[in-house]
Amino acid sequence: MSSTAIVVTSGKGGVGKTTATANIGAALAMNGPKVALVDADIGLRNLDLVLGLENRIIYDLVNVVEGRAELRKALIKHKHVENLSLLPAAQTRDKNAVSPEQMRKLVSDLKKDFDFILLDCPAGIEQGFKNAIAGADKAIVVTTPEMSAVRDADRIIGMLMAEGIDSPMLVVNRIRPDMIKRHDMLTVDDLLEHLKVDLLGVVPDDESIIVSTNKGLPAVMDSKSKAGKEFKKIAARLMGEDVAEAAATAEPGDEWFVRLIKWFRGERG
Amino acid sequence: MMDFLQRLFGRLEGSSSRTTAKTRLRLVLVQDRATLSPGLMENLKEDLIAVITKYIEIDETNMKVEFSDTDGSVAIVASIPVKEVKRTAGALSK
Repeated sequence: MSSTAIVVTSGKGGVGKTTATANIGAALAMNGPKVALVDADIGLRNLDLVLGLENRIIYDLVNVVEGRAELRKALIKHKHVENLSLLPAAQTRDKNAVSPEQMRKLVSDLKKDFDFILLDCPAGIEQGFKNAIAGADKAIVVTTPEMSAVRDADRIIGMLMAEGIDSPMLVVNRIRPDMIKRHDMLTVDDLLEHLKVDLLGVVPDDESIIVSTNKGLPAVMDSKSKAGKEFKKIAARLMGEDVAEAAATAEPGDEWFVRLIKWFRGERG
Repeated sequence: MMDFLQRLFGRLEGSSSRTTAKTRLRLVLVQDRATLSPGLMENLKEDLIAVITKYIEIDETNMKVEFSDTDGSVAIVASIPVKEVKRTAGALSK
């Protein structure tokens, strides 16, 4: 099996990039593949917290690229998800501590041992973004149904394409079906009309995400979590499975629904 | 009842916050996307010069071509100082 490096990005901060990285990564690993999560948000590390691994950090990404620590020693295995490992970000350095070339080398080293490498990208479009996408084969763009997040996602999609990452996959996070019913929220359809990307998944706004972050256990480990369920579907789709979207936010037959199905048919074929 | 009908029709006519967001988003994305890479902008200028100089003698060094947004729509604005208008029909009859 050839391995894939996927950058998880958004442009705007606070839309759920880190949560998405942790949950998609954990869900992939629970299905069998070996998964490495890389926190590329140097200086503002958080992926360790979401995964409950903050007390087990010895070495970080900067130590590894500077040759001060072995990659294998810096990787932290998750307590509960067997195939999941984390390479934490450095907290005391800034984004210029790493170069795109170093990131490319790091990702190609990780590919020797892992099937999926997920890179949690910092918010913004500066050096940290350029570093995080340097080694990536594919990109997941996370957005929420808010104008500012969609606008930033559009810029990011343009920049990804300019860097040669052609078909970014969209995750729409924090959908509120009640607000959509009241016509007070942009729908997934509205977003797809503007952003020329493939839809990877739709995740509802869900309190269980906060609870699971409090506990340091990804929501995909909680079988009752609605958001967790959707993240599991996203992972299955990344593994090439044809998983239908729940009709929580749109009726089957809606355009985005059809597009999603078509896309996965194309992908498989 | 009137209130209900008004709300209903108001919604159909697009007064919901979703519709407002959609319209505003469309405009802002058009504006955000309205940029050409410096290379393409240079090509555009050269092509413009080639066309215009068939009819008008212009001051190429002081020519400006840029995107501008006015009243929510994006326009490409070219400011081209004219040196002399060609009065011979030679250029026009190709």
